[in-house]
Amino acid sequence: MTVTITVNGADHSLDIDPATPLLYVLRDDLELNGAKYGCGLGQCGACTVHIDGKPAFSCLTPIGAVAGRRIRTVEGLGSAEAPGLLQQAFEKEQAAQCGYCIAGMLMRAQALLDRNPDPDEVQIRAHMQTNLCRCGTHMRILRAIRRAVAMRKGVHSAQEVRP
Amino acid sequence: MKRNRWGGWAAGRWAAGGALACLAGVGAFLGIAYRSGLPTVPTPKATEFPTELVSRGAALAAVGDCIVCHTVDKGVAYAGGRALATPFGTLYSTNITPDPETGIGGWSKEAFKRAMRDGVSRDGRHLYPALPYDHYRQVHDGDLDAIYAFLMTRPAASAPAKANDLIFPLGFRPLLAGWKLLFLHQEEFTPRPDRDAEWNRGAYLAEGLGHCSGCHSPRNLAGAEETGGGAYSGGVAEGWVAPALNGASPAAVPWTADSLYAYLRTGVDGRHGAAAGPMGPVVHGLSRAPEADVRAIATYIASLSADRAAPKAPSPPDRAAEAAKANPAGATLFAGACAGCHEGGAPMMTQGRPGLSTVTALQLDSPDNAIRAILQGIHPPTGPAGPTMPAFAASLTDAQIADLAAYLRSRFSDRPAWTSLATAAATVRKEDTQP
Repeated sequence: MTVTITVNGADHSLDIDPATPLLYVLRDDLELNGAKYGCGLGQCGACTVHIDGKPAFSCLTPIGAVAGRRIRTVEGLGSAEAPGLLQQAFEKEQAAQCGYCIAGMLMRAQALLDRNPDPDEVQIRAHMQTNLCRCGTHMRILRAIRRAVAMRKGVHSAQEVRP
Repeated sequence: MKRNRWGGWAAGRWAAGGALACLAGVGAFLGIAYRSGLPTVPTPKATEFPTELVSRGAALAAVGDCIVCHTVDKGVAYAGGRALATPFGTLYSTNITPDPETGIGGWSKEAFKRAMRDGVSRDGRHLYPALPYDHYRQVHDGDLDAIYAFLMTRPAASAPAKANDLIFPLGFRPLLAGWKLLFLHQEEFTPRPDRDAEWNRGAYLAEGLGHCSGCHSPRNLAGAEETGGGAYSGGVAEGWVAPALNGASPAAVPWTADSLYAYLRTGVDGRHGAAAGPMGPVVHGLSRAPEADVRAIATYIASLSADRAAPKAPSPPDRAAEAAKANPAGATLFAGACAGCHEGGAPMMTQGRPGLSTVTALQLDSPDNAIRAILQGIHPPTGPAGPTMPAFAASLTDAQIADLAAYLRSRFSDRPAWTSLATAAATVRKEDTQP
């Protein structure tokens, strides 16, 4: 069956079983390898992408369910040459250790910043709760999100990104 | 003219008489409604209470789940302020820490017991029956002493009460005296001689502090619980259906004391499902209550449905092929979104998690609990290790949730198909996104 999906603004038509997880399509068919397969059970968040602006687990999203809906992946935030603001903040804070969870972390955090450009610490922690990092860089990830908030406001001193 | 004057006089006399009768009625009512204030006392020192009494109070407060209503999310324990939505408007729970100004620090033991039994605040104001004093009346005196000791030894927090937002004229508290005349007749619990000690202990805890029927019984138009035959025939809690616990229990497999114990203690039972919605905090409280008390509650609650007819089918249904034929769109969604955990052979199914054909949410007359679980997911009530289901609100549309729910119902239940599912999904989603 033919399914048409819109990823980072571009339409893609695929001849595919509609029960296929969106994550497999992104990685195997569209070669967008940012989103990762972690648990396959919606428990770790490594596969997080945006569907119509909201963060969702792509490993548990059948491709048939997202036909005609707006999908955004980490590749839509910026590139290695021109990273987006949140990606720059993650780099500055060295928020990745092995990096496997980071694409999901970025997309989860970006969804928060799109909705609320100036979240407080409690809001950030509550929002990020669904995503896990097995290396233990959570504190750096939280700092990176705070840095992105500060950068948007034009503040660049390290002081501002402490809670 | 004369007749008119006569008529006018008579009407005047009637009116005067009526007014007098009204005044007398109002006077008599206010007489009944009036409750005197009790004097404040110096806040008792924590060291005045024996440790044994405080820990007994802690165990009883866990069964009563005081903390759930009397604490806001991430707020100071027992400092109140949580909004309780009722059909009559929004009530805010109050501060029950021993702060003398804004809490119950100035309350004597007598004032505390009067509030618990008669629903009257220390200053004489009537309390709304959101505080389930109709249940707490059944609690023994010594247990109220223990709960008083427990609360008076919590850290004091200054947190003034928030103003309630009720429909007119319910803000006028003396009206509650009328409600109490009609509905507040419960007596202290007396054990039934034909039942054993464990059953009686369970009945005492469930009917009294546990106030299980507060959610699992239907309520009348005045918000009072149905008693007698209607008790435990199912109710509503925060939008979730609280299933019947009596003979009308919709469970696919009848509850036993052992399965109830597992469910109440850990939040999940392999043959009935996982605690969700407002049942989560109940499990959280019971996971730290004394084991024997939770067993007793399980024994009592299991006895309520003992007269239930045995299920007709030898085992719960699972008709994958027929359901896929009837709801192909739902079957596709299930394969992509749900099967990784819920299909036979999935990792979750090898860990004693319930198969969907035994999950009560799929057996109810209303699809709302199933839809809520799909939209919000299920979060472990007892800490990080417990039943978890991710939320699908962002990935599935209302129409997709409707397809999925129709498929689940036809595959895993013998009961009639749900109707108006897309509307139900839209309604539940809207309710869930309200602040």
